Amino acid sequence: MGFDLSIFVQYGPMLLRGFGLTVLAWLLGTAFGMVLGLLIALAQRYGPRPVRWLIQVYIEVIRGTPFLVQLFVLYYGGPMIGLRLDALPAGILGLTLYGSPYFAEIFRSGFRGVAVGQIEAARAIGMTEPAIIRRVLLPLGLVSALPALVNFSIILTKETVILSIITVPELMYQVQRMSTETFRFLEGNLVLALFFWGFVELISRFGHRFEARVTRHLTERP
Amino acid sequence: MVQASSVEIRAVNKFYGTFHALREVDLSIPPGKVSCLIGPSGSGKSTLLRCINFLEEYSSGEILIDGKLIGYKTPGGAKMSGRDLRAMRRGIGMVFQQFNLWPHMTALGNVAEGLQRVRGMGKAEAETRAADALKKVGLADKMGNHPSRLSGGQQQRVAIARAIAMEPKLMLFDEPTSALDPELVGEVLNVMKALAAEGMTMVVVTHEMGFAAHVADRVAFMEKGELVAVDVPDRILHQPEDPRIQAFLRTYHERNSF
Repeated sequence: MGFDLSIFVQYGPMLLRGFGLTVLAWLLGTAFGMVLGLLIALAQRYGPRPVRWLIQVYIEVIRGTPFLVQLFVLYYGGPMIGLRLDALPAGILGLTLYGSPYFAEIFRSGFRGVAVGQIEAARAIGMTEPAIIRRVLLPLGLVSALPALVNFSIILTKETVILSIITVPELMYQVQRMSTETFRFLEGNLVLALFFWGFVELISRFGHRFEARVTRHLTERP
Repeated sequence: MVQASSVEIRAVNKFYGTFHALREVDLSIPPGKVSCLIGPSGSGKSTLLRCINFLEEYSSGEILIDGKLIGYKTPGGAKMSGRDLRAMRRGIGMVFQQFNLWPHMTALGNVAEGLQRVRGMGKAEAETRAADALKKVGLADKMGNHPSRLSGGQQQRVAIARAIAMEPKLMLFDEPTSALDPELVGEVLNVMKALAAEGMTMVVVTHEMGFAAHVADRVAFMEKGELVAVDVPDRILHQPEDPRIQAFLRTYHERNSF
């Protein structure tokens, strides 16, 4: 069995569409996951005890179970409780829920990195807690959380392949379809690997550049 | 002449778990005067200072600012609302040992922040006022710098400008020069002296005995959470009667002689 690139003439457009869906699912799942994670981290910091306890249970359950299982439960078990979603929305929701506790932990440690004194200075001057969150805690906490946020976002790119299990026609799904139709497994998976590698490289560079930009004034020395 | 607050501290106790950090502290801080709190580290001076604006919650007793109880609705009662506490804190400026500037804002931004968020000024007005405050501490040419591009002494002067821009009637200084290189201490003390001359009520926790001797109207000595003595500087620093003060000053002089 040789290495045959001619199959891409036929399957190329389909693979590209699949990659587009992969990027879309990652982008939305990551964005929503970050937002949910941020809300969780804030609720953990400022919420009353019962709320904090419930959130802790949520974090333990999501972190303690495989993404594949969560996705199955959401997509196939959801209709039993009236949650009927198409594959793609279910996949994006799944990524969001799966990523949120990890993002929450990243934000939490980012907030802990903000010096107590800087919060106290805002309190001493008479700022309200919401103003302190907006003007001091978030800008400083997010900056210190940035490297870890980029890192986990990269991990999430590769979790998107699991969406193929619930028939989201993303890149993995298309590669598998091509492979079973042409009996060529090496070519497809090689292309898959190359796509992801390039994708991750792009995110990583963007992350570094962004980090350098937002920390410029923090690292300058006289 | 600026408006100046008085502070009454009555039978204040503070516990951290079982550790008794402040023991029945009574202290009157007269308006328009400079009061220095001195004593060995761990004696409770900073804790007492932080109780005055309720950054630290005292466990019992009363702290009155211009006759108004801070932190609690009634002595020993429920805590006062956040809104009431913020209203009282507006009249109290604080300067910290570690400056605690916000590193993502310029010097001007640091000073304007409170004016905008707390005093509700527009950006332009807040920045004009902030610029005035920075001029007052001698930093007119550093307004656009972020804290990372300022020396320790400059950072502390920005922190002082941030506090005085709010036009407080009481200023709390928590070891304002302890984190500074020796050659930068003078510039901060000079700014503080100028403020004192304006008639602001100032409470200063310090290890600078020179400042206490020359600028303070009253010096209070604390040890192990107790207020040992309070008097005019001369009687505390030069003719102390209490053996605990004598021992403290002896150590201080030994450390500072060569």
